[in-house]
Amino acid sequence: MAEGELKYQIFLGCAIPYRVSAYEISTRKVMAKLGVKLEEMPEFNCCGLPMDPISHEMMLLLATRNLCIAEEKNMSIMALCPGCAGTLNKANTMLKNDKRLREEINEHLKVDGLEFKGTIEVRHLIQVLDDDVGLEKIRNAVKKPLKGLKVAEHNGCHALRPKEYMGFDDPEDPKVLKALIEATGAECLDYMDEAQCCGAPTAGINDKIPLQLSREKLTRIRDAGAQALITICPFCHMMFDTNQMRIERMLNEKFGIPTLHYPQLLGLALGLGPEELALDELRVKPTEQLRQIGI
Amino acid sequence: MLETKETGQTAVLKITDPKFKYEISKIPGAEKIMLCFQCGTCTSDCPVARFSGVYRPRHIIRMTQLGIKERVLRSEALWLCASCFTCTDRCPQGVKVADVIRVLKNLAVKEGYIPPIFKEFASSILGTGYAYRIPELRIKKREELGLPPLPKGNPQSLAKLAERIELEKLLEAKRE
Repeated sequence: MAEGELKYQIFLGCAIPYRVSAYEISTRKVMAKLGVKLEEMPEFNCCGLPMDPISHEMMLLLATRNLCIAEEKNMSIMALCPGCAGTLNKANTMLKNDKRLREEINEHLKVDGLEFKGTIEVRHLIQVLDDDVGLEKIRNAVKKPLKGLKVAEHNGCHALRPKEYMGFDDPEDPKVLKALIEATGAECLDYMDEAQCCGAPTAGINDKIPLQLSREKLTRIRDAGAQALITICPFCHMMFDTNQMRIERMLNEKFGIPTLHYPQLLGLALGLGPEELALDELRVKPTEQLRQIGI
Repeated sequence: MLETKETGQTAVLKITDPKFKYEISKIPGAEKIMLCFQCGTCTSDCPVARFSGVYRPRHIIRMTQLGIKERVLRSEALWLCASCFTCTDRCPQGVKVADVIRVLKNLAVKEGYIPPIFKEFASSILGTGYAYRIPELRIKKREELGLPPLPKGNPQSLAKLAERIELEKLLEAKRE
């Protein structure tokens, strides 16, 4: 694909328009800067993930309906939420490889006038940045290297696992987000069990376990000496940012670790301002950390 | 009948369905359940198990193999799986542990066990297209934030799909 021709249909999912707009705002700004065109999906629905525990079949129908709508434009999907990316990817792969399943699902989709053809791909934001835009182009676009800023990364689960469907990065020791962070000039520190889950999916069933899991991660991140945490998932972000003060209160500890969506970090390096990147939406403000690097 | 000691009390684990494992292994995702030899990798690597006193994927698999069906399907622990897929990626026998647990959840729903949060998700998806009921104010605010309008969901179309697989019946299943 020639430069400047990167085009995707953006898949927002539910959590982002519901309560994580900073992720969407910063993504759109950054992609525009990098020359990636994003088109709206005219009509989409939940990716299907929350329905999987109830009915695997309904999950497949919801996911495939989205894929069919995207196929009409014959343009691949870029999802921001790893849960959506994982689910759509799984359905896409399953239906492409399994003729019987494809026929079965298509028989259902007929009532909606849709048919799955298997003509597009589904990618997560960081796959697009790493594979399609490329690190070199990102490095060249950096106007304000974030030298001196030490951060840690948290990929979340569904961008990596199960590896059978994602086939991306190393799920045990992920490196792509790290490389993307380092492309901004910031330093990305190592810490114990970086690929471990934040616990968010259990939040509707048990309110303590996810807080304990996130606390363990925050402790390791703080002890590694990171000034901020970088995420790529709206749910992980809610655990580390929205819930950070709750974790501090419940477990009588202090973290004060601002958690930025990756495109917010990248945007700062590309020369965009904190307001443009909706940094004011963060609960734990990165004011002091940014002041130290002259932003 | 099997007997086991739990917290000092004798609990009786009743084999209610000796053919349960065969039934399960025919469902996509759970094909390899019989290959589990109880090494415990799934449980020792499970992030939830570290902080939960009840969630043990290894136990869930073993109880399923043993046909202790009622107890497995009624177990609240089943719903604690965070679907992080660590167990699935690391199982030395290739058992897709998280998928087996999803298969068991689907069966639990058929028998009338469904946590309220998932009922809410289902009702919101069928009612609006989205997993959450996004407040009108939030949708309007998008314009202020310079974001394109959020497309209206298509509940009519989702209702047709749900009808095809009798989802309503599933959501209304009652415990026996």
